[in-house]
Amino acid sequence: MNGLLFLIPAALGLGLLAMAAFVWSVKNRQYDDIEGAAARVLLDDDLDDEDT
Amino acid sequence: MSDTIGCPSGLAPAHEPTVSAADPRAFVRQEKGESVLELSVSGARCAGCLSKIEGALTKLDGVSNARLNLSTGKLHVAWRGELDPRTVAQTVSDLGYKAAPFEPENSDAEGDAYGRHLIKALAVAGFATANIMLLSVGVWASGGGEMGEATRGLMHLISALIAIPAVAYSGQPFFRSAWQTLRAGHANMDVPISLAVLLATGVSLFEALNGGEHAYFDAAVMLLFFLLIGRWLDHALRRKARSAAEDLIALQTVTATRLDSAGHPTSVAAKDLRVGDTLLIAPGDRIPVDGSIASGRSSVDASLITGETEPVACHEGAELRAGTINLTHTLTMQATATVQNSLVSELAELIEAGQQSKGHFVRLADQASRLYVPTVHTLAALTLVGWLVLAQAPFRESLMAAIALLIITCPCALGLATPVVQVVATSKLFRRGILVTSGDALERLAKVDHVVFDKTGTLTTGQYRWTNPRTLPEAEQKALAALARGSRHPVARAVVEVCGTGTIAEGIEEIPGQGCSGTVDGVRIALGRAEFVGAEAQEHAEEGQSAAWVKVGDGAAHRLTFEDDLRPGAREAVDALRALGLAVSIQSGDRAAAVCAVADKLGIDDWYAEQTPEDKAERLKALREAGHHTAMVGDGLNDTPALAFADASLTPATAAEAAQTSADFVFRPDNLRSVAITVEGARSAKRHILQNFAFAALYNVIAAPVAMAGLVTPLIAALAMSGSSMLVTLNALRQHVGSTEEEQPG
Repeated sequence: MNGLLFLIPAALGLGLLAMAAFVWSVKNRQYDDIEGAAARVLLDDDLDDEDT
Repeated sequence: MSDTIGCPSGLAPAHEPTVSAADPRAFVRQEKGESVLELSVSGARCAGCLSKIEGALTKLDGVSNARLNLSTGKLHVAWRGELDPRTVAQTVSDLGYKAAPFEPENSDAEGDAYGRHLIKALAVAGFATANIMLLSVGVWASGGGEMGEATRGLMHLISALIAIPAVAYSGQPFFRSAWQTLRAGHANMDVPISLAVLLATGVSLFEALNGGEHAYFDAAVMLLFFLLIGRWLDHALRRKARSAAEDLIALQTVTATRLDSAGHPTSVAAKDLRVGDTLLIAPGDRIPVDGSIASGRSSVDASLITGETEPVACHEGAELRAGTINLTHTLTMQATATVQNSLVSELAELIEAGQQSKGHFVRLADQASRLYVPTVHTLAALTLVGWLVLAQAPFRESLMAAIALLIITCPCALGLATPVVQVVATSKLFRRGILVTSGDALERLAKVDHVVFDKTGTLTTGQYRWTNPRTLPEAEQKALAALARGSRHPVARAVVEVCGTGTIAEGIEEIPGQGCSGTVDGVRIALGRAEFVGAEAQEHAEEGQSAAWVKVGDGAAHRLTFEDDLRPGAREAVDALRALGLAVSIQSGDRAAAVCAVADKLGIDDWYAEQTPEDKAERLKALREAGHHTAMVGDGLNDTPALAFADASLTPATAAEAAQTSADFVFRPDNLRSVAITVEGARSAKRHILQNFAFAALYNVIAAPVAMAGLVTPLIAALAMSGSSMLVTLNALRQHVGSTEEEQPG
């Protein structure tokens, strides 16, 4: 049972980390253009295009 | 790549490059020393479109940033220096995409703040659900007593530590809404939700602190998690419908026709209008700024402003408000305000009018909650009293039974039942080129048993071709062209198509369903039906042809013939609607012979010709009074009253602006079969909503007695809740739209 004492906090910590990352990505407006993000992966001419 | 016009993958039809794209100068903002312009681009679908548009714009002199949002079609361009914004719009237009400048709403600049709050709340609830469940499973699994009491207590305390902040954060959307309705003296679905969540958390905390056996933390947060999914889907759907309406508006109020001192019309950006400008307002145009009528009389659709569907007759000197739609006659007006002063509130008014218009319609979900809230609260009270009085149970146990009832019957499935189905149906229809512009439109359309079609522009392409221009002498042709330029009627447009641009006749008067008249160089000229221009209708037109008569001054009346072909898929659409058990009829303002020809081709017996807009509206009213639910499919200005009177309305994307803003569905004009597909989709959506309600009701009927008997353990509550939610979601995903043929791309 002693394992629980560090396993539970470790699991919760990792979960919190993931949740924080997700909330950050929402705040950072990463989901505003889901289709665009999928399409931009295919572009290979963005090397000389400074803003993509 | 840029040699092809429009989408290089062919996912969307290319937009014909226009000679002059919409003038965006009025929409440029200054931000941090840069000029910024937002354009609404339609037709962009793939990575090729992105690189074409962004690439071409970045090459323009001084452009520092060009970014297209592929999901919303909003293009953001920023530049330094003296670049003409018209070049930006023209560049996009030349690539084969339709571009209309728009003013980003204030709330849009912040993005969808409420939507993002919901997503964050969902993430928190999801995290809490997963982790508390992890701890709870341990407690449940050790039911045999393998887990010591101290360990169990620790598990409950950790759960409480996770659950309490999670409930405080994720429960806000529900608590706020419940509090607001309670203060207004009503109760909605959020009241039992908030009550159940708060009671479950409170009681569990009490149990956890006192070393009790059962804690319902997992049920409380899981409830929030599932309900937030439904809430977010509902919100996303509304937002999509609203942005579709905004796109339509963006295409409308961009330019106005200003008359200079010599009376020549010039097209200017609406934002450049000044107080005192004289404007020409054609029928079907939205009034761009507040003003008063300088000459002409017309009826004006003020429903956006006043909520009255009845058009208002306006005379010289009458006040016109921005956002109203000029319906019948060409007007000249004097601007008394600028766009900033008059147009600002238009968007808000439109959305409000849209929300008010559904007032008389009770949505299925609302019907369900009206039944649900009192029933559940009465049952909970009965449970408490029953245990206390009949079973002589201690207060704590009685309360637990009542709370268990509230938790387990909580409308998880009810909250998800409608939004999930609507989202699935709307997105499937969207892929078939059908835009749903209002949330409950699907429910209204599903009830429909009679479809009324307009002929011109709906069953037919609406693009008249003038077949006999050579029979008209040149002088009269010139006069006719001047008259035709002042009208938006398809007949007039066909004339303009042949004659080209030029001067506009004075005092143009248009009587819906009759014709129009005006003066050119002091000579009166009339175009319209035989009796309107004063000619005798000697002969009947050949089938499928439409005729109009023109009379210049005292000269002889000339008969003009026009041809209008059936829209592709018209026959299939009518047959498919019949197969669905719907009655089909035609209401047209056109002559009997022309309507009869179309009706014959489509096999429709029930047709009415030479109908005025009032006749059409009256007929729909009569159908409603006879107990029918009607859908109106129409595109013209003369259909707008009928569209408003119908239970559901559909319009092709080629329709008059006025028709598009009042319709529930806008479909791609290339195939009329969309009408049948929309009806099928709506019916399937309603069927799935009802099935979901049946599942939810069945589940509650089984669960409520179990809870009242005090047999609900946290494990049963969790299983029941997730099971019912998943059932309704899976059921929604089963929907098919137009399953008989493959989906069209784009």
